[in-house]
Amino acid sequence: MSDGWIIKNLRAVKGRAYPRVVGAQREPSWVFFEVLLPLFTVAAYAYVYQFMDARQELIGYVVLGGAMTAFWLNVLWSMAAQFYWEKEIGNLQLYMIAPISRMSILAGMALGGMFSTTVNAASTLVIGALIFNIAFHVVDPVMLIAIFMVTMVALYGMGMMFASLYMLFGREAYHMSNLLTEPVYLASGFYFPVKYLGVFAAAGASFIPITLGLDALRQLFFTSGAGDAFLSLELELGLLLGLCALFMVLAHYSLRYMEYLGKATGRLTLRWQ
Amino acid sequence: MAVMNDLRTMKNAAWLGWQMEANWADPFLFATYSIVKPISATLILVFMYMVVTGGNTDNPYFSYMFVGNALYMYVAEVLFGVTWVIHDDREHYMTLKQVYIAPINFYAYILGRSAIKIAITTAGVIITLVFGVLVLGVDIFLDDVDWLLLLGSVVLGMGCICVLGLALGGITFLTARHSIGINEGVAGVFYVMSGIIFPITALPAWAQSISKVLPITYWMDSMRRAVMPDAMAELSTAAATDVTGLGGVSDLYIMVYLAISTAVFFALSLGVFRFADGVARRKGKIDWTTAY
Repeated sequence: MSDGWIIKNLRAVKGRAYPRVVGAQREPSWVFFEVLLPLFTVAAYAYVYQFMDARQELIGYVVLGGAMTAFWLNVLWSMAAQFYWEKEIGNLQLYMIAPISRMSILAGMALGGMFSTTVNAASTLVIGALIFNIAFHVVDPVMLIAIFMVTMVALYGMGMMFASLYMLFGREAYHMSNLLTEPVYLASGFYFPVKYLGVFAAAGASFIPITLGLDALRQLFFTSGAGDAFLSLELELGLLLGLCALFMVLAHYSLRYMEYLGKATGRLTLRWQ
Repeated sequence: MAVMNDLRTMKNAAWLGWQMEANWADPFLFATYSIVKPISATLILVFMYMVVTGGNTDNPYFSYMFVGNALYMYVAEVLFGVTWVIHDDREHYMTLKQVYIAPINFYAYILGRSAIKIAITTAGVIITLVFGVLVLGVDIFLDDVDWLLLLGSVVLGMGCICVLGLALGGITFLTARHSIGINEGVAGVFYVMSGIIFPITALPAWAQSISKVLPITYWMDSMRRAVMPDAMAELSTAAATDVTGLGGVSDLYIMVYLAISTAVFFALSLGVFRFADGVARRKGKIDWTTAY
């Protein structure tokens, strides 16, 4: 029986999401580290604000930002860098010869990664809020869900686009992911409102979907969040929708081009370079 | 003769480490990478500070926080670097077994590989501090630096961090993919508990008791006393209390404490490493791969 193209690709999505959802939970110690590690940074930054007698919302922003780091790290290390790891352990050629779209594989990774990361990030958020006595005031839950969902789609779309670049990377993949960690925490305002970077810097950083997502979430979680906002909620929702479309299209063409380039230069199966 | 062999091993291991760290890119790109990462990490704190104070960097706490965060790079990078040698050689390049059967001292090999990590981190720390002094007005004045205290602190502190790394490296032999988490966890404890970016007096009393046992707390304080003595004095004077929590402790006490800590951790780390090494050999984990 010959399956249709859509069914085959949906199976690929399911097949690649499965190890992300189930496999990650099979090793409880990883969950422990993924929840615990962001809490150290959250605690340190929260104490910095406390030591300076900062307003309580800023500590809340740190807890929220600390929880959201899980998504950025997941996109960087488990989405963008995944094709590099697969190449290093010899799986990439299997993906290439499978009669499915590369986007399906990445979509599966994204869905599975999003699920397990959401569980870990929520745990970090709850534990951080309990430790530092943070009160969240969600006034518009529908908007909150909408913002979160479009942020995730845009963010993982960006991860798919990065995956095409990492497919060709050698050892620099590891350094590149490191390089995109702290600078993005800074540019996206993970631990302080992004508007304090200045209009031009914040506008530039808005191409990273989590910048706008975090700014919007701050407005939705905290009563004084609007005072620290860079843009209005409605505008941020619109821009995030635009970024979703942009990154999906770019990812599609970028993957095709990079795969061709990899084949032409013989780098798709090159290991330990 | 044995010493010469060990020195040669260290030199070659350091060269190998440099090639692995740096030969993936052209020197300009590598330099950019080495500068952007540490400065970005520090600028996060700078912006947090600015949001609260509106940009007043004259406060001695600003220098306290900035210098602490810059020096913390040593703790994070060196701890991580030592254990990463074992993880990377075993899981990624799969060369650990060849290193093991080579007629060299394995500790010398690890030290050589770590030395290059220390050198690269030193470049990052210096760049960050220079940026802080020139751009943000961090209170470091070369005329006021206590060079003797600085030298003693650097030697004892690096020794202490390296031997801690050795113990974690031993544990890496026995774990699958946990070494990164364990490393970051230990470094995270130091980040919160050792007065890196805020004084330990901001912590709850129970946590302060733990802080006062950790050698990194003393190392951080001695480094600050050496490079920014005026700001450290001003910090406690302005608050009219012992803000740092170690105000009543002399420089000599700190040096002795660090020396004893390093010696104790050295003995413990050697024990942990040898035990883990023995177990790894018995269980065949020297050439173990877990698809990292």
